[in-house]
Order: sequence, then C-alpha cells, then structure tokens
Amino acid sequence: MLSKIWLGMILIGTAYGLLKGEGSAVLQAAIAAAEAAVKNGLQLAGILAFWLGIMEVAQRSGLIEKMAKLCRPLLVRLFPSLPPDHPALGSILLNLTANFLGMGNAATPFGLKAMEQMDQLAGHTGTASDAMCTFLALNAAGLTIIPTTVLGLRLAQGSQWPAAFLLPMVLTGLTGTAAALITDRLLRRRKKGW
Amino acid sequence: MDNGIALLLCFILLFGYCRKVDLYDSFITGASQGIKSGLGLIPYLLAILFPVYLWQGLGLTQALCDKLAPYLAFIGLPGEVLPLMIMRPLSGSASLGILTDIFSRQGPDSAAGLLASIYQGGTDTTFFVLTVYCGSVGIRNYRHTLRTCLTADFVVYGAGLFWMTLLLK
Repeated sequence: MLSKIWLGMILIGTAYGLLKGEGSAVLQAAIAAAEAAVKNGLQLAGILAFWLGIMEVAQRSGLIEKMAKLCRPLLVRLFPSLPPDHPALGSILLNLTANFLGMGNAATPFGLKAMEQMDQLAGHTGTASDAMCTFLALNAAGLTIIPTTVLGLRLAQGSQWPAAFLLPMVLTGLTGTAAALITDRLLRRRKKGW
Repeated sequence: MDNGIALLLCFILLFGYCRKVDLYDSFITGASQGIKSGLGLIPYLLAILFPVYLWQGLGLTQALCDKLAPYLAFIGLPGEVLPLMIMRPLSGSASLGILTDIFSRQGPDSAAGLLASIYQGGTDTTFFVLTVYCGSVGIRNYRHTLRTCLTADFVVYGAGLFWMTLLLK
C-alpha cells in the first residue's frame, strides 16, 4: 500500500512538472530531499543517542519497571497480547507520556525502543504484531496536552489568546485517539489488510 | 516544561547512582544504539521527503488547494488550512512551515489560524511514525495500520472543525 501511494505521488508530481515544463523540479526535489534526510537523520541520531543513553540508566536501575507497574492496569488493557511484566510496556509508557507532554524529541527514542522490544517478542517476522499495530495507531493519533511548538509559535506571532485552541485541540486529540483504537480493533480480525 | 525535563534527567541519573548502576557504561551502551538507529532512519526519511518536496516545489499542493477551497468553504472550513491538512500526515516540518505561513498571513487568532493550530497539535505525523518506527525494526508489512491511522486523521479533521465551531464561536 505504501508503495502505491509513494509511486502515485511521484508519478503525479513528475507528470505535473513535465506539463508545466519544469522537469528539472524532479531533480531539485531529489537533491533537497537528500540534503534534508541526512540533516534530519543526523540530528535525530544525536538526540536518540542522548535519550537512549539516559533510558539505559533508567532501565538498569529498575526505574522504568516501577513506572510501568503504576500504569499497568491501563496498559495491559490496551496491549493484551504483551505479557504484563514485559519491559516493552515500560517503553510504551515513556513514549506515550513524552508525547502527551509535548516532548516530541524525547518521545521518538522511547518509541523506537518499544518497537525493538515488541519485535523481539514477536520474533523478527517483518510483519507488525497486534501490539505494534495498536502502538503505531496510538502514536499516529499523537494525543498531546501541551503542544509546546504550536503554543510557542502562536506567542511568537503575537496571538491575543495563545491558549485559545487548547481545549478544542485536546478534545480533537481524544476523538482521534478513540477513532484510532476502535478502527484498530475492528480491522485487526480481518486477515488481509493494506 | 523544560525545567521539568531537566529535573527528570537529574533524577534518573541520581536514582541510578543510588542503585549502584554503572552510569557511564549504561549511557554509552544506550547512546551507541541511538546513533545506529538514527543513521538507519536516513533512507526512510529520504523516501518520504522526496515526493513531499516534489509536490511543494512545483506548487502542486497549492494548486490542489486553490481548486478545492470553494467546496470546503461551504462546510465552514477555511481554505487556507487545506495545505496543512494535506501535509500534516506526511511531514511534521512541512506542516509546521505551513502553520507559520497561515499565522503570518491570517493571524493566529483568525478562524484559519485557530483551526490550523488544532490540526497541528491534535494529531501526529502518520507517515513519519509508520516509516520510522517500522523501519527501525525492519517491518515491511504494516497490516491494517495505515488504514487505521488515515481513518484517525480524517476523524481528527472532522472533529477539529466540530469542536472549534462548538467552543470558539
């Protein structure tokens, strides 16, 4: 499915460029994308390294296990296919909390760690397990209560009431998260998906 | 918020120290992993950014929005928000750029500015999450997840308009 969307976007873009007589735009986009991908990737690698380093400390000291224990009832309900004492639940918790508090940069490393742990549990099949699907759905819905970037941007642009959008935004996020969880449950049973 | 993160950081390190964890060694172990997965993500980032940049560079995103805006005004959706709606699931930084553009042209407190704020904050970058998270562990079969996430994105677009109309008018 991703291949089709990807191909579709590239073909439509290229055709549009050729019709406009701007075929060079394709190469320009490739160069710009290459530059941005490496730049973002390196930046991400640095931040990932930092937070995963800190997380390794938290893991070895048993701190993550403690935190996961507190939220276990909710997590176990959301991820019934994971063993209730599995370390992945701790990483999932940290990832969701970081997202919740608007720390996007800190959330990604925890999420990657969670994926790795779930992948190990599933046995490196190359296919998303039930738990991974739920986790990805929750992440893509990305429930946040403190959207630091948007708030900062509104302030910077001289908004009279920077926090005006907060309540509708949280309600929107909750609606989206509920939709993601329900859709995930409904589609899970069907064998063939895209 | 930032102070909270700083305190959390010190707390984790102190807690580890009290539990006799080898702090330095743990940090290096975790950080090496981070570098490896960060570099491994570059191909995935490249794959998603190329078509996004292609459309933006050609003005295709803008052209599409200009065509669709009249139909959307009819359900009360400001047309200026449409480029953001298209880019939001694809690229976080591109949609943030569009958000800035809407703020400076329409003002952050306009209907378009408010709705754009809600969309930017009320959902995450679906394709980024999928490619990066699945890419890091070599998962190529997403099963039903793409459909789940895109459904959620559409629900967010509807819900955002609904809650804004209900609460801010």
